Amino acid sequence: MDSWVHIGPATTAVFLASLVEAVEALTIVLAVATVRGWRPAGLGALAGLALLILIVVLLGPLLDRVPLHLLQLAIGVLLLMFGMRWLRKAILRSAGVIPLHDEAVAFAAETAQLREQARLRDARLDWLAGLTSFKAVLLEGLEVVFIVIAVSAGRGLLIPASAGALAACLLVVGVGFIVHRPLARVPENTLKFAVGVMLSAFGMFWTGEGLGVSWPGEDLAIVAFAAMFLAVALVAVIIVRRPSAKAFS
Amino acid sequence: MNMLIAVFREVAGLFVDDGSLALAILAVVVFAGVLATLMPDFPLAAGAILLLGCLGVLLANVILATPR
Repeated sequence: MDSWVHIGPATTAVFLASLVEAVEALTIVLAVATVRGWRPAGLGALAGLALLILIVVLLGPLLDRVPLHLLQLAIGVLLLMFGMRWLRKAILRSAGVIPLHDEAVAFAAETAQLREQARLRDARLDWLAGLTSFKAVLLEGLEVVFIVIAVSAGRGLLIPASAGALAACLLVVGVGFIVHRPLARVPENTLKFAVGVMLSAFGMFWTGEGLGVSWPGEDLAIVAFAAMFLAVALVAVIIVRRPSAKAFS
Repeated sequence: MNMLIAVFREVAGLFVDDGSLALAILAVVVFAGVLATLMPDFPLAAGAILLLGCLGVLLANVILATPR
């Protein structure tokens, strides 16, 4: 049971976070494919994926050499910063303080930018389009790589965490290929809210462990932390909510 | 070069979106760390500071980020 307390939330957090990032990357790759065809879009995306795999392969073994205590503290603090950043943004979006991320708008903006580039310098456009696709996959993928490494480091969870990320990416790519347009209906802010809560809870647990705190209930404390972060986040949404805002869009 | 700068910015942006939130989290962690070092027999005190500090920082940051 001990390991399932970690494997379940860790894999779920990675799956949901990867879903969000994959949807964002897919929007840009689709925009490139719409304007310049699948060749530059696909090649750019594949190059980005290759670089991400290289980063994981190089970084993974290095982390094993760091003392566990230090690793827990460093990863814990980074997870806290990462998770609370997502949670903050999700709270502000839920409350209507900042606008929700709209994939359809992002797609339109990217497409318009690529068309403008096509008008100005057609000869280099395949290269620029490929680079746009590469950058999207690399930058969105970096977040996935960090989350995979962070939730699995020192816990032997690399395989289930990677499987969660891979499943999310395959799901998004599969649906993207079928519908052939940005996945604007994915409830991105709700996912960010959930991932923010889970990553903040993991970060809290590991930062405490890194500082020498023995949490009551051991691994089960993560569930309690998640409940507390969720409660505070919901209270925050109520406090700062704008009258016109729809929660968790 | 531009690509490298963009990647560096993106990596930094993974953790720091609102600088005051990141700084406040670090301050809470440092405070909890100091407490854990000074009071090794009461590690839960450091844990409580860490937990309540981070929850408080989140709530305060969201409220302060909202224009009145």
